Order: sequence, then C-alpha cells, then structure tokens
Amino acid sequence: MSSLGELRELAVRRKKGAPRAKEKYPDNKAAYLFLLPWLIGLLGLTVGPMVASLYLSFTDYNLLQPPEWTGLANFTAMFQDERFWNSFRVTVVYVVAGVPLQLALALALALLLDKGMRGLPFYRSVFYLPSLLGGSVAIAILWRQVFGKDGLVNGALAWFGVDAPGWIGHPDYALWTLIVLHVWTFGSPMVIFLAGLRQIPEMFYEAASIDGAGRVRRFLSITLPLLTPIVFFNLVLQVIFAFQAFTQAYVVSGGTGGPGDATMFYTLLLYKEAFNELDMGYASAMAWFLVIVVATFTAINFWLSKYWVFYDD
Amino acid sequence: MTTETAALPQARTPLERKRTAWRRTRSIAKHALLAATGAVMVYPLLWLLVSSFKPNSDIFRDLSIFTTDLTAANYANGWNDLQYPFGVFLFNSSVIALGAIVGNLVSCSLAAYAFARLRFRGRNLLFAIMLGSIMLPFQVLMVPQFIIFKELNWLNSFLPLIVPKFLATEAFFVFLMVQFIRSLPKELFEAARIDGAGHFRSYTQITLPLITPALATTAIFTFIWTWSDFFGPLVYLRVPESWPVSVALKGYLDAQSSSDYGSMFAMSVVSLLPMFLVFVFGQRFLIKGVATTGIK
Repeated sequence: MSSLGELRELAVRRKKGAPRAKEKYPDNKAAYLFLLPWLIGLLGLTVGPMVASLYLSFTDYNLLQPPEWTGLANFTAMFQDERFWNSFRVTVVYVVAGVPLQLALALALALLLDKGMRGLPFYRSVFYLPSLLGGSVAIAILWRQVFGKDGLVNGALAWFGVDAPGWIGHPDYALWTLIVLHVWTFGSPMVIFLAGLRQIPEMFYEAASIDGAGRVRRFLSITLPLLTPIVFFNLVLQVIFAFQAFTQAYVVSGGTGGPGDATMFYTLLLYKEAFNELDMGYASAMAWFLVIVVATFTAINFWLSKYWVFYDD
Repeated sequence: MTTETAALPQARTPLERKRTAWRRTRSIAKHALLAATGAVMVYPLLWLLVSSFKPNSDIFRDLSIFTTDLTAANYANGWNDLQYPFGVFLFNSSVIALGAIVGNLVSCSLAAYAFARLRFRGRNLLFAIMLGSIMLPFQVLMVPQFIIFKELNWLNSFLPLIVPKFLATEAFFVFLMVQFIRSLPKELFEAARIDGAGHFRSYTQITLPLITPALATTAIFTFIWTWSDFFGPLVYLRVPESWPVSVALKGYLDAQSSSDYGSMFAMSVVSLLPMFLVFVFGQRFLIKGVATTGIK
C-alpha cells in the first residue's frame, strides 16, 4: 500500500473509533532509542525549521542583520508583485497540464502491457529508464538541444516540411518543453499501475466471464474501478511533487527562468529571492504560501475523490 | 488459452480460425505501438550518446544516430574544460553518494524497526507524522536549514548533504523498510525473544539480514537521487573544487560561449553512465521498490 493509503487507513481507523485494545507499551525505552536519530532529525531539521521559517516570514531578514519584525509586509508585497503571480501561474499550468498527461500516458501503457504479455520486462525497462534519468542535469542539458532551434524535434518536423522556431527560446512554448519532459518520465507511475493491475484477483474476471461480461464490460466494471485508488494516490503525490519542481526549469532556462519569465517556476523565484536577493523573510513567506497552495490542491483532490475513486471499505 | 488453440491446429472451426487471426493482428499492432513509443522515448538518449562521439561540426548538421564518423575527441576535451578535471567532480559525487547511502541505510532501518516491531506510546501519531513529512514541500525548511548549516560552518563541505541522511530525513525509505519488516513472519522474532535476544540483537541478526532487498532498494534510490541532486549542492557548495557532477555540468552550460556541444554531451554521458549501470544491475530492486511503496 502506498504511504498515502496508509495515512488514510490511520484516519479511517480513528474515525470509526476502532476498539482500541487496552494498549501496553512494553518497548517504550527501546523504541525511543531506535527512533533517536529520526527524532533528532524531525525536531532539528523539520519541526524546528518549520517554526523558524514561519517566524521569518513575518520579518525582514538578510542573513547579516538580525531579523526585524515587519508583520504582514512580506505577504502584502508578495500579493502585489506581478512576478510572484506570474510564477504562480506558470507553476499551476505545469502541474495541471503535466501531471494528468503523465498519469494518463502511464495508465494507457500499463493497460497495454497486459499481464503475462511477451516482452513485458523489456518494455517496462525501456519505459522506466527515462523516469530514472529525467531528474538529472544531463537530461535537462539534452532537452535544451532536443527542443533547440536546430534540435531533434525541429529536425523531425523538417521532414514534414514544417519550419518551427526554437522551442526553448520561445516565450509561448518554453514551458511546454518542460511539461513534455515531465510527461516523458511516465515510467514510474506506469510501474505502480502495473503492480496494481497484477493485484486484481483473476477470479473476478473469471466470474464476470461466466456471467457473460465481454472484454469492454470487464474493463469498465472491474479493472478501472479497482485501479482508481492507485490512480488517486499517484495523482495526489505527483501534484505535491510537481509543485516543487526546480532542477529542470533552472537548467533548461540556464538559471534565468526565461525567456521573459516564461519558465520562472515558483520554486525558482523563491530560490532567487532567498539566495540571490538574500531576502530570507520574503522567501519564507513564499514557502509558506506554497504549503498552503499544495495543501489546498490536496484537499480538493480528496474532496473530488468521492466522485470517482472506488473503495470497498 | 493461446496454448490450447495452438495445440490443436487441425481441429479449428472457421470461427475459431478467424478469432486466432484477429488475436494475432491485435498482438502485432500492440507490439508495433509499444515499440514505436519506446523508440520515440529512447531516441533522445541514443542521440546524446552518438552525438558525444561526433565531431562538433556534425552534431546539429546531421541529427541521425547512424554514422560511422566517430571520434573520442570530445571526451578528451570535455574532461579538462572546466577549472578542474571532470574526475574531481566524479569523486565529489561519489563521496556524497556513499555518505548518503550509509546514512540512509543505518538511520532509516533503525526507525523502521521501531515502527514495525515495537509497541510504544505515541506510535500511531509519530508514524502519521513520518508519513506526512514525505509530503511536506522542502522549501519551507530551506532557509532555516541553510542558516543552521551556515552557523555550523558547514558551507562548502559535504556535511549539509550527508549528515541529514544519518537522521532519517528521507522518510520514504523508512516507510519502504516498515512495509518490508511487517511482511516478515512474526514467529522469527518470537523465537529470538524466547532465546533471550534483546531488541538490538533482533535488529542486527534477524531484521537486517532478512530485509536486504529493501536495503538494496534504498541504496540504489539514494544513489540515483543524490547523484542527480542539483538543488542541495547549488545552495551549499559554492566553490568549484567541491562541486558534484550535477553542478559541474551546469558549469559547461555557462561556459558554452564557443558552443562546444561535443564536450558538453560527452561529459553528460559520463555523468549518466553510473546511473545507467545502477539501473541495469539494480532494476529488479528499483521496480520492486516503486511498486511496493507507490512513490517514484
């Protein structure tokens, strides 16, 4: 089960008020010893920093002078900043277009690579490889050339007599080259879907066949509903991760977020505010706004899941 | 189903023959579609590889991957293009990756043992926090963590990239190992306990040997993620001698005034090679890891 599935399980158990056996804690001391490194990390590198950045988001802080309390100034400045909204828009387009496209392709290919199909391990490896390498700088560098003026894509288009511009340098298309890069890494969700397909009991299909259900009917009534929880978990996690995309936008645009801020991702602007402008307070305010945005998208996803995700519990 | 029909070729009715023919057409179409998709996906990678062996003037003049005019000159040039030879960056990346692997293996397995095997106060709450931390955007930790490491005088050292791994900050791996430990038969631990083994022995002598597949998955993923990590080194490593390959490659992009694409491609290939080898030899663990935890 995925991490998200596990979380949901914990929540459902709590809600149902499952009869809690009178719990004893025989291993308290040993457990906290085993957990010690993790606890230090949790407090020192996660909880502590969260509190600190929340505080910093209400201050003016440049690393050199001590932080100075400015109330909501960072947030009001942020909401009035055209560049901030632009980066927000760019990132939302990336997430809203890239994630569903990637998952749709992953699902389509997982369904095509049916159980026991000949050559499945080979195809799976070929499709999985890009998702493994896709986060690296080398691939981002390659992407610049693939979508460059004289690159691979335009080379292929020239075959059809199409004379296309340099995609990377064009303000209307630069973002889409990054979305294509994201879609290109569909291999890992595909592997997850394949594993999910394998867990659907064969007897469901047999029973349906006996009852006279055809191929399409079996797909619509068995495969698809039973796969929806896995699609959902992937959707939630991929949305969360896609909001944090950084490396590819940074490298493909040569660190500028260009052309003309067309690929200025939210995280890129945040990085620049923090480490180029040394405006740590403003950057912290941006980071907390990102948390709120991601949480909102996640909540919307959960709310929408009522309408399309199938649970048998 | 297919073997049955294949075993009795002569006893087929016309309807059956039609069905087999249809099935075969469909199978061919399917393979053709999959092969075409695979080719489109992999072509850029092959192009990168072949281009890295092409003379610079040919790379964009001829975009095909079928050529005989190959040279290793780009590798010789690219190796020394930056302030330090590329070997320095490879070495740095290796040290960081090794430190991160050891850190993740030790700290995550310790935490996982507690979550999977021990009963203690606050377990559900801490477990939920651990899972939740996978989903927390790291930007919210970025500034304070930077301040911490700066105050510790760790900038331009590998410590900010390695020490957190010894504190199990990559909760994803804790979860992976918890899943694995839970699937082990309880009787094993029971028997060990009856024989007088404490928790530490049951961790070192039963759990660790039995979860080697999960440990291998952790090691492989840690390698791939740290090897391609760009953000961490970008923030913490500002002097070229400390750069890992990811940041060094970005340096080629900046230095590309003379448009020496050949050497940039060559060093890109060098940087991808370790990842590719790990993929080839470890893909069994990778695919298992992806499938059981549901995260990339």
